[in-house]
Amino acid sequence: MAYTEEELKKELETQEYEYGFVTEIDADTFSKGLSENVVRAISKRKEEPNWMTEWRLTAYRHWKKMKEPNWANVKYAKPDFQEISYYSAPKSKDKYESLDEVDPELLKTFEKLGISVSEQKKLAGVAVDIVVDSVSVATTFRETLSKKGIIFCSISEAIREYPDLVKKYIGSVIPRKDNFYSALNSAVFSDGSFCYIPKGVRCPMELSTYFRINQAGTGQFERTLVIADKGSYVSYLEGCTAPSRDENQLHAAVVELIALDDAEIKYSTVQNWYPGNKNGKGGVYNFVTKRGICHENSKISWTQVETGSAVTWKYPSCILKGDNSIGEFYSIAVTNNYQQADTGTKMIHLGKNTKSTIISKGISAGKSHNSYRGLVQVNPKAENARNFSQCDSLLMGNKCGAHTFPYIEVKNNTAMVEHEASTSKIGEDQIFYCNQRGIDTEKAIALIVNGFSKEVLNKLPMEFAVEAQKLLEISLEGSVG
Amino acid sequence: MPLTEKLISSFLAFELDIDINSPIHSIRTNAIKKFERLGFPNRKLENWKYTSLNRIIKEDYTVFSKKKNVIDFKKVQDYFLDNIETYKIIFVDGYFDPFLSQTSHDGIDICIMSAALTKTKYSKIINKFFNKSANPEDSLTSLNTAFSKEGVYIHIPKNTVLDKPVEIIHFATGNEAALILQPRNLVVVEENSELEIIESHQSLTVNPIFTNSVTEIFALRNSNVDYYKIQNDVITSSLVDNTYVSQKRNSEVKVHTFSFGGKLTRNNLNFYQKDKAINSTMNGVTIIDCDQLVDHHTLVHHANPNCESHQDYKGIYSGKSTGVFNGKIIVDKIAQKTNAFQQNNNILLDNKSTVNSKPQLEIFADDVKCSHGCTIGQLDKDALFYLRARGIPKIDAKALLTYAFANNVLESINIPELKHKIKKIIAKKLGVSLGFDL
Repeated sequence: MAYTEEELKKELETQEYEYGFVTEIDADTFSKGLSENVVRAISKRKEEPNWMTEWRLTAYRHWKKMKEPNWANVKYAKPDFQEISYYSAPKSKDKYESLDEVDPELLKTFEKLGISVSEQKKLAGVAVDIVVDSVSVATTFRETLSKKGIIFCSISEAIREYPDLVKKYIGSVIPRKDNFYSALNSAVFSDGSFCYIPKGVRCPMELSTYFRINQAGTGQFERTLVIADKGSYVSYLEGCTAPSRDENQLHAAVVELIALDDAEIKYSTVQNWYPGNKNGKGGVYNFVTKRGICHENSKISWTQVETGSAVTWKYPSCILKGDNSIGEFYSIAVTNNYQQADTGTKMIHLGKNTKSTIISKGISAGKSHNSYRGLVQVNPKAENARNFSQCDSLLMGNKCGAHTFPYIEVKNNTAMVEHEASTSKIGEDQIFYCNQRGIDTEKAIALIVNGFSKEVLNKLPMEFAVEAQKLLEISLEGSVG
Repeated sequence: MPLTEKLISSFLAFELDIDINSPIHSIRTNAIKKFERLGFPNRKLENWKYTSLNRIIKEDYTVFSKKKNVIDFKKVQDYFLDNIETYKIIFVDGYFDPFLSQTSHDGIDICIMSAALTKTKYSKIINKFFNKSANPEDSLTSLNTAFSKEGVYIHIPKNTVLDKPVEIIHFATGNEAALILQPRNLVVVEENSELEIIESHQSLTVNPIFTNSVTEIFALRNSNVDYYKIQNDVITSSLVDNTYVSQKRNSEVKVHTFSFGGKLTRNNLNFYQKDKAINSTMNGVTIIDCDQLVDHHTLVHHANPNCESHQDYKGIYSGKSTGVFNGKIIVDKIAQKTNAFQQNNNILLDNKSTVNSKPQLEIFADDVKCSHGCTIGQLDKDALFYLRARGIPKIDAKALLTYAFANNVLESINIPELKHKIKKIIAKKLGVSLGFDL
């Protein structure tokens, strides 16, 4: 069978979102709109202490004064923040002891997604804190983790049970005033995950959460806080799929990572929210603020596979505050049809001997736009800072666009900074080379795209690689073998 | 009075001096309105994020020098190229100096803008090209357009290879306490013709000089233009150089920028490729120290298939100096088979110097080869040790390595006398007596 790039393109354009379905669960939804009362109500519903309510209100007051940013290279209809419902939780309020008690309808959803919780519980050694529309309904492997002193729970639970930890670290990396969406999130975040690894503990399993947006018209405002105490290690996975919707849904998450001295955090994301149909209608707006702070000798590594969302606006960043700290960013962003992605990273070098690596791979097809926007900043006191950045783009067809906006600011003469970027298409000679060796064109394209993104795929934890492959297949069917 | 208001009110006085019925004048009035609306750029604008004009525009500039000043050739001889015949267009405090200049009307036109804008024999060319390539949305370009009166006018007809380069020097004598200069240049090179230009700005005083220059270059089919900019002015002078290059089929334009002097230098270099098989080259060497700032903004718009662009900018920064590089390559949908390369290498010699680099690509076509690279680092310690182990003093060894770093760009100079002159400037800048003629 002769499979050409033309056909691949056609297939890409007509490829529909496979995971678009709505789970029918009774949900408890607030009426639309945002005001101080709504913020108070959310806080009350979550049984939060007073300081948290005040914290949210301060954020809300800042947010009211802020304007939506428009510097990103994306075009979309601005969401009406009074048309969004800010809280939605599955109605049954009981806590589950085991998976058997979970709504069978919900379990079916996960099976459709290929993440059978029960199976994972047995086989993979992955503790899943499943978040469906903002409230954790199932938490597994808590016991095993608690033996090691690891806290892994929903953020609302953490606010109630570990207020000291939350108080100390929440908003310490991403202040409430940081940007428009982080302020909004701080005011109305509904739930999310909290993770604390005690001193010197190596987390024995990959921690993971799955986010889904379920209720029509609800924005999802996740808040994640990961704290790795001195000398600890954790690998955290986050994966997302969302059902098919016609109206745009807003997602404004905030993720904060804190790596204390000698700690290491590995944070991997697979994002496959509904990208809109092939005419660019519908789809999720994904405006995420992710940032980590590295203390001495610590390391934070971001890995992301971005295949979904109509509009993505996401810059997982590292503040390399401590001496000898390391920041890494590995990303694959695939855009198709009318998707737009403006993504990249910021590496702020403050400490001595800090190192950062940026590998970004963009694949654009259809009429999509894919931008890399990154900042490497070496401050005057960051002696011997080292950075290597590489941004490669692959274009399929001449209706899409690939853009690179790297910012490099160096204020120290001992710094070594390298940046390189390239843009290309799948070379005819490469395909010819494969054909000559008896590999058909389909396999050849698969091989090349796979090879193009291999550097990043390799960084994903084993348990996640399967999921990542699956999601890449949806966006680039026939090109990933 | 703030400079913006002063400029706007000076425009009324300026109108008394010129023919307000000429078609050019409506371009001027539109431009001053544009400037009135936009004002001077500030750091809130993405394009001016790293460069602030505040310390430049706070001076009380005189907009037009009151009298023509005469300077003695012997005093300024050093600023001219040695041992080579050139056409010369020399300005003193914004006025044309016929004694130092050597123009031509022999088939070719190498003369001045004031003549071209007022005499009817030039009107055909002026109407066709004047202000056709400059960006009307740029505030400083608009300011220049509003006051466009004097500058260089070069028109090379078909099938002409110019016998010698054109040398352009703008002198400032310090007649006024502070002076703003706004030369407006137009260069039209017709089919199958070739031209070389060497341009510099030289202040002979410590009085602040602010030059806001606009140059439009039109390179028609199969033409070839080499444009050398030597920016080695005194530390009290600042320069904003806006160059717009519009190219037609098979043409090749190279712009080489050598920045060593001046308080603040901003180069806005824009290339528009209007047809197929075009080659555009931008090279630059920047060596600065103290609190100097050099900002290179380049734009290459690939709007047609099978074109190429090459950019190679080298910077060496010491003291508290700041270097900015912002390169933008746009490749349109139809511009298939484009090859666009961008390279920016920087060396920081002191821990107070800063480099801000932003090499951007905006690509809409799939069958292209586009790449950019950017590095920031130091001189190789091993190489430095190697040289010093062989008895070469540190300062010379450093200078040799710096020179080697910039050599790629220096080798692209096609005029040997100019290359020699630039090597001399580099040696002086680095404080060594080496000739680099190894």
